[in-house]
Amino acid sequence: MFTGFFYILKNKGVPVSITEWLTFVEALSIGHVKDLDEFYTLARAILVKSEAHYDHYDCAFEEFIEGHGSATVISEQIAGWLKGQWESILPEGSSVEGEKGFEELLRKLEERLKEQTEQHDGGSKWIGRGGTSPFGHSGRHPNGIGIGGESHGGHAAQLARERRFRNYRTDLTLDVRQMGLAMRGLRQLGRTGPEDELALPESIEATAANAGDISLIWRRRRKNAVKLLLLMDAGGSMDPFASLCDQLFSAVHSTAHFRDFRSYYFHNCIYDDLYRDAERRDTDTVSMEYLLRTLDPEYKVILVGDATMSPWELSQKYGAIDFSQRNEEPGIVWLRKLAGHFTHCVWLNPADSRSWIHPTVKAVGDIFPMFPLTIEGLGHAVKKLVVKK
Amino acid sequence: MSHRDFAQFTGSADYVTSEALRSIVNVSISLSRPLLIRGEPGTGKTLLAHSIARNLGKKLITWNIKSTTKAQDGLYVYDTVQRLNDSRFADQDVSDIKHYIHLGKLGQAFASPEQVVLLIDEIDKADIEFPNDLLNELDEMKFHIPETDETVSAIHRPIAVITSNAEKELPDAFLRRCVFHYIEFPDPELMEEIVRVHFPDIESQLLREAMKTFYALRKTNEFRKKPSTSELIDWIKVLIAGGIPVQTLSRQIPFVGTLLKKEADYHHFSNNYALGNRR
Repeated sequence: MFTGFFYILKNKGVPVSITEWLTFVEALSIGHVKDLDEFYTLARAILVKSEAHYDHYDCAFEEFIEGHGSATVISEQIAGWLKGQWESILPEGSSVEGEKGFEELLRKLEERLKEQTEQHDGGSKWIGRGGTSPFGHSGRHPNGIGIGGESHGGHAAQLARERRFRNYRTDLTLDVRQMGLAMRGLRQLGRTGPEDELALPESIEATAANAGDISLIWRRRRKNAVKLLLLMDAGGSMDPFASLCDQLFSAVHSTAHFRDFRSYYFHNCIYDDLYRDAERRDTDTVSMEYLLRTLDPEYKVILVGDATMSPWELSQKYGAIDFSQRNEEPGIVWLRKLAGHFTHCVWLNPADSRSWIHPTVKAVGDIFPMFPLTIEGLGHAVKKLVVKK
Repeated sequence: MSHRDFAQFTGSADYVTSEALRSIVNVSISLSRPLLIRGEPGTGKTLLAHSIARNLGKKLITWNIKSTTKAQDGLYVYDTVQRLNDSRFADQDVSDIKHYIHLGKLGQAFASPEQVVLLIDEIDKADIEFPNDLLNELDEMKFHIPETDETVSAIHRPIAVITSNAEKELPDAFLRRCVFHYIEFPDPELMEEIVRVHFPDIESQLLREAMKTFYALRKTNEFRKKPSTSELIDWIKVLIAGGIPVQTLSRQIPFVGTLLKKEADYHHFSNNYALGNRR
């Protein structure tokens, strides 16, 4: 009777697997669920693994309740379940006798779920309502399951309706983990530092050569030699991509261990000064001239921005969108300087690549290899950064 | 089906939980699945494991994860260097490798003669592949030591509590095996209860004013790190210790440094809210 819930969850975009569903059924069988409130919390604990999906879950839960008429009906069904009405959800002719019966049940349920996944591709919401499926609607319940007392179902339904977790939704194509995995490619391992790592094979060989007297061979550790400069466009047309850029930043910051990592911000295009943080305060800047002077060309440069701006911001003296920049040299000259100084630069564009028709996007794309800020794009960009020139 | 026997977590006096969390803890115990806890910093993720251990009267084994922690560290360490040293310089029996196998935290939890609570704290601190490396061990609750050809398997499956700050996303295969709970930020009612656990004798008026200020600060959404439960508790502690009269609270926020920890937040606050003119 609860199988419908599984499909509503899937429909609402909760990535629930059969394994988790079976775990949930097991939890039900142990007798953890006494009312709808507990049904709500337990199903969520077992089936949903991120607060980003809590809101999807709430939506699904509400639909599930509505599909069953009301919270009271489900509460009664749960009560029925608890009163040992296992038979009502079993394939016909089977029965539950101890552990073995339960395992058998799980096996059958799993088979059934798999079958129904296949039949379900059409996208309709409900299964097993026709009355032929033993996992279907409550019609098969023997009559006369009464429950005493009052129903506790109202609270959970109310909780779901409140949708308190709406703000945790992400619905993003990329997450930090995936980005982090893509960034792992950005490694050039070399041996540096003191000789404090024991080289085991060499030590064994040397010991053998030394007639069994131990001689230890030490070597330098392997470390990532990559130095990274991350320059991000912030503000204005980049606002919709702010969280995506934040994720990229935390991915770069937390997963890969670079020898050096610097990050600065700019607005639309790069001019004389870069900002130290995303708020772009005029008092907190670092000059491009200084960066080009102090950073050696080995730094890998990742620029992030939609490269969409007015043409004069790129081509004109004093063209900067922030008037205070008063740039003596047009933005495109600064971009060329950057590309000329550093050997490896890429531009990541968070905007949909189908919209890269703006003239300035093309102009920037001529200077830097441009990739979309997706898993694939990030992967390609990272490859471009480590290629030997 | 019948009720299986399992330990029943009912909460402990010094740790306030919601009913939902209690039943989730019990499910995770009875299903023998690790309980993955996530939530804002300062909402008591780590304390939950302590509370479970105390409530059930079980020993707590804590495995603190760092960025350099490897899955193998939790299972066992074979101290080859000690053995080598003993073989050459000490008068010890080195033929028995067992003497040089030291169990890690996970290994200790498995080998313990009685059921323990195993806390794997801040799993997201480790390398991105770390959780995957533990999948099998957590699933089957056993591992093999090739050096001695022994298998350490759990005598009693430990009650595993795993906390994460979601700095990194965890792999799907790992998540599928866990029971998950996101500790929401407590609403004012629950928060009041939590504060009262820590300060049983607190004046009602002080508590009310402090809570008002605290939730107002959280609501502004202007701070990089919103103050959380542990900050509130610290702040109230300071307020009481400093003997700040209740009336002051409605006009200004003393000791705001205990609530706002980031320098940027502190500056933002002093520029916009200080001197009693709250917007």
